[in-house]
Amino acid sequence: MKKLSARRRHPLAAIVVLLIALAATGGLYAVFAPADKAQADETAQSLAIDEGKKLYAVGCASCHGTGGQGTSDGPSLVGVGAAAVDFQVGTGRMPAQQPGAQVPRKKVIYTQAEIDQLAAYVASLGAGPSVPDEEQYDPAGADIAEGGELFRTNCAQCHNFTGKGGALSEGKYAPTLEDVDPKHIYEAMQTGPQNMPSFPDTTLSEENKKDIIAYLDAVNSDDTVEPGGNALGGLGPVSEGLFAWVFGLGAMIAVAVWVAARTAKAKKS
Amino acid sequence: MSTTNTTAADSRSRGKAPAGERVADWADGRLGIYSLAKANMRKIFPDHWSFMLGEICMYSFIIIILTGVYLTLFFHPSMNEVEYHGSYVPMQGQMMSEAFKSTLDISFDVRGGLLIRQIHHWAALIFLAGMFVHMMRVFFTGAFRKPREVNWLFGFLLFALGMFTGFTGYSLPDDLLSGTGVRFTQGAILSVPIVGTYISMFLFGGEFPGDDFVARFYSIHILLLPGIMLGLMVAHLILVFYHKHTQYAGPGKTNQNVVGMPLLPVYMAKAGGFFFLVFGVIALIAGLFTINPIWALGPYRADQVSTGAQPDWYMGFAEGLVRAMPGWEINLWGHTLVLGVFIPLVVFGLVLGIIAVYPFLESWVTGDKREHHILDRPRNAPTRTAFGVAWVTWYMVGLIGGGNDLIATHFHMSINAVTWFVRIAFFAGPVIAFVITKRICLGLQRRDREKVLHGRETGIIKRLPHGEFIEVHEPLSQEQLYTLTAHEQYRPAEIGPEVDENGVKRKVKGSEKLRAKLSKGYFGEEHQIAKPTVEEYKEITSGHGHH
Repeated sequence: MKKLSARRRHPLAAIVVLLIALAATGGLYAVFAPADKAQADETAQSLAIDEGKKLYAVGCASCHGTGGQGTSDGPSLVGVGAAAVDFQVGTGRMPAQQPGAQVPRKKVIYTQAEIDQLAAYVASLGAGPSVPDEEQYDPAGADIAEGGELFRTNCAQCHNFTGKGGALSEGKYAPTLEDVDPKHIYEAMQTGPQNMPSFPDTTLSEENKKDIIAYLDAVNSDDTVEPGGNALGGLGPVSEGLFAWVFGLGAMIAVAVWVAARTAKAKKS
Repeated sequence: MSTTNTTAADSRSRGKAPAGERVADWADGRLGIYSLAKANMRKIFPDHWSFMLGEICMYSFIIIILTGVYLTLFFHPSMNEVEYHGSYVPMQGQMMSEAFKSTLDISFDVRGGLLIRQIHHWAALIFLAGMFVHMMRVFFTGAFRKPREVNWLFGFLLFALGMFTGFTGYSLPDDLLSGTGVRFTQGAILSVPIVGTYISMFLFGGEFPGDDFVARFYSIHILLLPGIMLGLMVAHLILVFYHKHTQYAGPGKTNQNVVGMPLLPVYMAKAGGFFFLVFGVIALIAGLFTINPIWALGPYRADQVSTGAQPDWYMGFAEGLVRAMPGWEINLWGHTLVLGVFIPLVVFGLVLGIIAVYPFLESWVTGDKREHHILDRPRNAPTRTAFGVAWVTWYMVGLIGGGNDLIATHFHMSINAVTWFVRIAFFAGPVIAFVITKRICLGLQRRDREKVLHGRETGIIKRLPHGEFIEVHEPLSQEQLYTLTAHEQYRPAEIGPEVDENGVKRKVKGSEKLRAKLSKGYFGEEHQIAKPTVEEYKEITSGHGHH
């Protein structure tokens, strides 16, 4: 004790006390704070961002810029959100193969894990819509008829009555929605990719989006029952007319030729 | 006469005549069927598949009427708003007109309803396509010449009325696709200067869509137009009987006879069988392929529209004309003249009208007042054939325009490029088709001439003693020679001397000059190849310097 009190006026005493106090608070924090989980998340997140950044630098930066700021060849990705990345890369549209009127859907070249990493990186550039949870886009239990009405009001003018797709100006087009993952339909409505307008929750509520997905699931998927037989692409009167001419009238003429070729032979008298 | 027949039969058999004979006698005494049958049972018809195209139309028309009657039993032509609670889940609880609801019910809840609906609609498409091809057969073989001009017009009217009957039927279910089509038509009506708005208000009973048009289109579709068409079709057939059928040139076939088979029993059997074949093909298609799936289209609402909204094919060229036309508009004194729609509307009438009046144009140019019962081979009337192909090209360009969006998406092209193609091809296409077709016809005429004079190429190569190789030509048979040279070749019309015998200058009318010019274009030196004369044939076949 004596020793301690003797040195308490030592010029370095204050520094020693400060060090002890710092060590104590630090130690106490380390002991009591819910540090474990938070720290792990942080690492995973930053790891994902880091990994995403690397993938980004290889696959995306040449058009979107090294920091996602955009260039003359590609738009800025600041604020597009994880949902946009999940849609564009998850449907194979990105990375783009070549410039053109529109970037088509094609083979997906990244794994879902890589897509998540890219999404994490792009989401870190600025706040935007995040990837929806499965319960948000699961069509089970939604109102199909309501979805149909919403689809005809908001979507059919480009995507056709049942989402078979249609033409836009200058070589652009609204793609077919056949067999598109419900998640991607949800994300497309949320983010408005390429020529599509976006339908944020203020325009089409989460419930509405679910209804639309349920409608498409009912009328334009592998399980859709065609009550009238083969639907000829569901494209309307053009394909029907072509079919009537080629196969309908074609069959009629073939039959007519067959009938005419079978002439009654004149009796030999 | 029937009485004497009966007594004669009675006296022979000394008993009652068989039941069939008695029924026939009873009917003859009241309907005169004996003389009718006598005159027509042995009526001769020539045999060729292309003469059966009209039959396809007649049978599909009958099928349409029969299935249409069934559909009227369940269809409610009303635009009252009702809520759907039928068996098609994706429409549950939707508000729709009764017309649309009853069409859904026909499709899902009426026994056989969907099949009948699809037969009705497929048969309509095939009916119109059949009429188009039948009309082209008549056109390209010159079967419209005297005495058949009126029948040509009847046929044309059937086609035109068929278009409108089809259109009104397509509009009845009040679905989103047809509603868009009706809106389109209303727009076309509105574009007519001065009277357009009045006609639109009259037709729709006020502003579009109102709640009248389904009921009105219904009467037009099931009563007015088919009634007229049925009458025209009967008249068309009566004239076919009256004029007798045309035939292709060949040995034994003249302008005065018809070579073929009698109506009874041969053609009754053939035609009866053919009816069932036509019905079978249509039923097969209707059973396997969807047409107009209104359940997928949804009920019409004026605030909704879908891409890919096209009319049925027979209205497709009208759609194409509007799609290709630039959206011109003139605003004068507070009035709008929508040229972007009105011009296509006029052109629509022009395209149809020009083919309708062609027979009269041709008979004016040829000045030929004789009857023609022998058909032309298309190559032997190059200008007519070229005109016909030009017209078909014109029509097809319009059809391409009507489907420009689907062509763009399916062939990965820009819709603007397709539209520009249609704009240019609308003017250039028929001209190019005309020139090319005429060249082909003349080429084929040269080939015929070559065949007549030098025979058929056998493909056998013969080496002569001095080493020369020649191909052996085989002379044609007498029948073939006749068929290839049976056609008559006109000489171009001359205006005649411009001064009369007294040296007074005659006044030459402009129409006369035009006619002479057209006639030269039809039959002038470079516009047909002179068929071989007997002298030429004799000289060549007598064996001087000819292989």
